[in-house]
Amino acid sequence: MAEFLQLLFSGLTVGAVYALVALGFTLIYNASDVINFAQGDFVMIGGMGTVFLAAAGLSLPLAAFIAILAAVAAGLLLHRLAIEPARGASPVALIMITIGASIFIKGVAQIVFDKQFHSLPAFTGSDPIALGGATILPQSLWVVGGAIVLFIALYLFLERTLLGKAVLATAANRLAARLVGINVKVILALAFGVSAAIGAIAGVLVTPITLTRYDIGTLFALKGFAAAMVGGMGHPLGAVVGGILIGLMEAFGAGYISSTYKDGVAFLAILLVLFFMPRGLFGGGSVERV
Amino acid sequence: MLTVEGLSSAYGRIAVLHEVSLTVAQGEIVALVGSNGAGKTTLLRTISGVQPLTGGRILFDGARIEHMPAHARVGLGIAQSPEGRQVFGPLSVEDNLRLGAFRRQDAGLAERLAQAYAMFPILREKRAIPAMSLSGGQQQMLAIARALMAAPKLLLLDEPSLGLAPLLVDQILNAVVSLRDRGMTILLVEQNASAALAIADRGYVLETGRMVHQGAAQSLLADPRMRAAYLGL
Repeated sequence: MAEFLQLLFSGLTVGAVYALVALGFTLIYNASDVINFAQGDFVMIGGMGTVFLAAAGLSLPLAAFIAILAAVAAGLLLHRLAIEPARGASPVALIMITIGASIFIKGVAQIVFDKQFHSLPAFTGSDPIALGGATILPQSLWVVGGAIVLFIALYLFLERTLLGKAVLATAANRLAARLVGINVKVILALAFGVSAAIGAIAGVLVTPITLTRYDIGTLFALKGFAAAMVGGMGHPLGAVVGGILIGLMEAFGAGYISSTYKDGVAFLAILLVLFFMPRGLFGGGSVERV
Repeated sequence: MLTVEGLSSAYGRIAVLHEVSLTVAQGEIVALVGSNGAGKTTLLRTISGVQPLTGGRILFDGARIEHMPAHARVGLGIAQSPEGRQVFGPLSVEDNLRLGAFRRQDAGLAERLAQAYAMFPILREKRAIPAMSLSGGQQQMLAIARALMAAPKLLLLDEPSLGLAPLLVDQILNAVVSLRDRGMTILLVEQNASAALAIADRGYVLETGRMVHQGAAQSLLADPRMRAAYLGL
């Protein structure tokens, strides 16, 4: 029982991070039909940026804030310099552009930062909290709590503000969005900026637990992509559920089977979903009236 | 109010509009008729700025707008109800209407919403459900009501009667007339030429991308060539 709880806690923690990355995928995919494989690199920028700014003497909150802003700037530049000039290109071409951007970001990160693993101090101490025979790190609570706050904030933005509705409207019908006076370019830039911010915040939250390095983004992008696919690409709730599922499967797979295959679990999940329910758990039948 | 001069437009290398000109004066209904594929929708989209032009000028209230982005033209007061009920499917009916006023978040918003519901009461009944679960006719009403939420000076209506039951066609065309009577200026595109000309002040006939006739709606209706070619009479 204690072992089960322990695995559950660790699965939820890492699942919350995957869910945030998947949410970034979803937001950009909805607004622009682009699957952004540079999504994981925003996580890296958040973590690495905070590490190096804190090492330069900034307080942790200020360092994190500036690192998140840097990720947002990277997201906006990605849209402006790589995606916007290629508008109208095929989805496969756009995916290749984002993979190229991801490689570019890693290259720059190697030069600006370094090639070592880095960590951050836990925000509020590292004494484990005992719970039902298992223990949970305070930082895990930060990760899960931060993820919940972000989900709620994003939900309120999309459902309760006119700008959020404009994002949804652009996703639903771009022509109609332009005809009601929505500046679609601004909306797309907004989606990239917000996705980058979500990714970077995830990076700041998780770095004290998982360490970070210039190339950590690839793994986050693949896991987040798996989560988004499992949930059904384009469904925010699906992204959250998919992320937590992948996190739990990884933790239990590592605990009860073998930690060697931990990273394989996410890809097994993608394969199963693509074989048996290609639209994902929340995709349903996409019915459109004509 | 609207002057289009020598407008050309193309999809890729295929020219669709060839030096088309038309004017719409304050407070009139102008019908643009023509067969399928004549370029009517392309002309409206070019006026709205969602289709690029390859030549010519567009003047609105005397100012050139042909290089303005689409969202700025909505801000100037040109709203379009597009062909084929292009509603925001997953969003609620009321959200669709509120987004219609995206460029006009002013004190009159609540009043325009009430007016939209008064014009199409079924929309009030269904205001909380997703637009994609409306019937075709209701989606058409929503598209028109959404364009009106922008409080436009010029309303562009693309095929408002397409695929609707005759009773609904009458209801929508009556709504168009009542809008004109309240001072709105309307450019109406219709395949149903006789119905459109019956409520219009003036009409234009577009044929394979060129304007071939124009005149008072009544005289177009009476023109024997028109009757044979477009009105099926």
